Amino acid sequence: MGYTSRRPAISEALRRMPDHVQLATFGITELEAQHALDRLNVRDVEYADLYFESRVSESVSMEEGLVKRAAKSISQGVGVRATAGEKTGFAYSDELTKKDLEIAADTARYIAHSPKGDRAVPVPAQRRPTRDLYPIERAKADVATPERVALLNEIDAEARRYDPRIKNVMASFNTEYKVVAVATSDGILVGDVQPLSRLQITCIAEENGNRQVGSFGGGGRVGFEFYRDQNRHLDYAREAAREAILNLSAVDAPAGAMPVVLAGGWPGILLHEAIGHGLEADFNRKKTSAFSSLIGKRVASDVCTIVDDGTLPFRRGSLNMDDEGTPTGRTTLIEKGILRGYITDKLNARLMGIALTGNGRRESYQSVVLPRMTNTFMLAGESDPHDIIRSVKKGLYAVSFGGGQVDITNGKFVFSASEAYLIEDGKVTKPVKGATLIGNGPEILTKVSMVGHDLKLDNGIGTCGKDGQSVPVGVGLPTIKIDEITVGGTQG
Amino acid sequence: MDIVRKERAEHSIAAGNGGYAQLAADVLAHAKQCGATEADIVVADGETFSVQVRVGAVDRLTKAREKRLGLRVFVGKRSATTSTSDFSKASLDRLVSETCTLAKAVVEDPVSGLPEAAQLGGDRPDLDLYDETVLGTETQIDWAKRGESAAFSADSRITNSEGAEFDSSSGRVVLANSHGFVGSYQSSSFSLSVSPIATETGTGAMQRDAWYEVQHKFARLASAESIGQEAARRAVRRLGARRVATKRVPVVFDQETAGSLLANLCSAVSGYGLYKRASFLLDQLGQTVASDRITVYDDGRMVGGLGSRPFDGEGLATRKNTIVERGVLTSYLLDTYSGKKLGLPSTGNASRSVGESPSVGPTNFYLVPGVKTPAEIIGSVKEGLYLTEVIGFGINMVTGDYSRGACGFWIENGELASPVEEITIAGNLKQMLKDIELVGNDLVFRGRIASPTLKISEMMVAGN
Repeated sequence: MGYTSRRPAISEALRRMPDHVQLATFGITELEAQHALDRLNVRDVEYADLYFESRVSESVSMEEGLVKRAAKSISQGVGVRATAGEKTGFAYSDELTKKDLEIAADTARYIAHSPKGDRAVPVPAQRRPTRDLYPIERAKADVATPERVALLNEIDAEARRYDPRIKNVMASFNTEYKVVAVATSDGILVGDVQPLSRLQITCIAEENGNRQVGSFGGGGRVGFEFYRDQNRHLDYAREAAREAILNLSAVDAPAGAMPVVLAGGWPGILLHEAIGHGLEADFNRKKTSAFSSLIGKRVASDVCTIVDDGTLPFRRGSLNMDDEGTPTGRTTLIEKGILRGYITDKLNARLMGIALTGNGRRESYQSVVLPRMTNTFMLAGESDPHDIIRSVKKGLYAVSFGGGQVDITNGKFVFSASEAYLIEDGKVTKPVKGATLIGNGPEILTKVSMVGHDLKLDNGIGTCGKDGQSVPVGVGLPTIKIDEITVGGTQG
Repeated sequence: MDIVRKERAEHSIAAGNGGYAQLAADVLAHAKQCGATEADIVVADGETFSVQVRVGAVDRLTKAREKRLGLRVFVGKRSATTSTSDFSKASLDRLVSETCTLAKAVVEDPVSGLPEAAQLGGDRPDLDLYDETVLGTETQIDWAKRGESAAFSADSRITNSEGAEFDSSSGRVVLANSHGFVGSYQSSSFSLSVSPIATETGTGAMQRDAWYEVQHKFARLASAESIGQEAARRAVRRLGARRVATKRVPVVFDQETAGSLLANLCSAVSGYGLYKRASFLLDQLGQTVASDRITVYDDGRMVGGLGSRPFDGEGLATRKNTIVERGVLTSYLLDTYSGKKLGLPSTGNASRSVGESPSVGPTNFYLVPGVKTPAEIIGSVKEGLYLTEVIGFGINMVTGDYSRGACGFWIENGELASPVEEITIAGNLKQMLKDIELVGNDLVFRGRIASPTLKISEMMVAGN
């Protein structure tokens, strides 16, 4: 078997890790790494990998005008995986003691019963990511807490200045600095440093006993300077305050099926819920998705082209490589209404015999790899956004949303508006209270009749949950018109 | 300080908490040297095992051991919180000094601080949260296989599966603070969930549903077969679902969806939302907030309860609190901090994740059952919705506005007539709580929050 011969190769490769990804970061020795891979050397295993991760998360938060909380969290560990056929054996540990590695190996070994002939295992070669999509200066990732405190104080002042009816401002600034290294049995040894940050603001407005909330935020794989650049943090503060004040005058939302115009940007959460999850390869391999066996079929009107793109610089959903060491890419999911492809990780690409798209992601070393979205958006169309609104006699114009959810199997999805207006006779009129929109994934995009030329990506706030794992993602959308979708208001 | 010795101790933690208690004492002492006036520390460790089976074969096996340490320090009225999974002496020394530096960077918060020493402690009964049973890998695989197989056998329309998962875990929590409090407890968990897929003959339309059970003790788990059969029944009954026309009707919430409604109430009475003025139940203590059929308790001392614990995240003894009594809001859920902000004592509901400052959480939060059977409640509805699932996040806790995706069954003349989906239900939680007309007799604890079947007199249902 090949593992014996690869031993020296692995340790040599580990020595040649990128400068900023030191093996010592993971608290392991070369011998221990070797030992771990060695233990995965069982006869039926087709693929195995080690995922080392070290993560430092920091947050400061403010409420009632006081920056009174600061927190920092440090974690490190390794996830050990072996796959055989459809089976995955997985173990993880925050330590690399002999005992932990034995548990890992036993678990991996358990899934591989049937004997199989020897095969050549490629010698892992060290690879750097071929690009750097988030080249923030390392030093800047470590901005002193007093500067973060000052940022939050300015946000509080700005939101309250916007309108005296703003009675409370809650803001938090979170950063994460993640260093990963992946060693795989198909010959990859690669490391990456993945910075991530996010600024989130919530305002409470109060007037005559009527209390309303507004929120706004942004971020990405960016450094602290991003938020001070052109006073972006103050724009966020005003946006959160504006939404809260606007909601003070919101009327009850309508109920029933009607035309809905979605504004560009974050409303792209529609794509994430309605089609994105349904096109993740695992659900389709298992034939549990409403999209199973719809490749090549029409699932959207011909004005819709939708991609998943992990290569956009500085974006929250972007990665130089996925968590299996595969470079991320741009995958066309729907082209002019026709379903073109799924997003894949190694296991599902291999089992389905389809292309590897670089979408194998995991929340941490404690979780298994799943096919996940990166930045999912619809390409710009040709309509003028004003014409789109003018084309609606009576409907809803939804500008901002909270979260969404989907039932993969029957395709039903929801997403909930947090800022929306009535459209009456082609004009945007009164703001309405938040309402949930519900539709059917394989059907909803066939009802998209107009796509604007104003593609916008979201500001970098999205977190996607699947199987209990959260990963950062992005979405984007031009202004679009959906001819009919059910709006869950209270007014019949 | 000799942390190396303590690290070794932690590997034989099943023998007692001595290793962690000493580790905690050392870290607290070091924090004091770094300028901390008060501090507390939580250490958690455990082992987990999980197996997923799909269409009769093992899909994924996961095994792990984890440990984590969380430290909160106060430097006067300033505080910070940190956590790490690295228990080496060098790492912990660095963590302590960084935590003190972080604390000095934030502003003074006049109400911050540990609970008073006199509030800590109290009795710590054995709440039956721990089971020494260690199951073999084959046994756990067998449970998952039998659960899934029972779902396939239950109905020929079960044609596929998202799988069945058996999980077991056990762990220990140690909490210590600079007032001298040291407490620890062990708990374990065993669970099975089964997620079959039913296919409609002819159309090929698929529906998925799931059933699960969680227990602290393995022996209390229902049979794998009964869980699989219930999962199959739930998936099959959804076949042929349709939309309905938009209209205002009574809505009967089944146990699961009523539980989600009770979870909304639970969030609304959490001290943190209240002092931030971000709850629709602001300033309602002593007021009628629900129908007089509604009484809600939070009981941290239920023997074997999934939310039970002997002391809360700050070391205060847990207890039974009356939250709503015949519709009147009688207590919030509070920890020390949110209590002080509201001028009230803690209710023993501090919830502590390692690495975060305390927040508020329920223990066993439940609605007292009534006398009607679910069938009688459904029978009282001429036309309406029997709600079995809500999806999405359309709840505004500040205003109580409620709008969620829904599915269930249309009720006609007191009978479940046909499954419905792709609809929404909407209202306002303030009104919905007051509009609870009937309370079922079917309270079952399947998690920390539990409710019997509830009937709300009227809500807007939106469809086509």
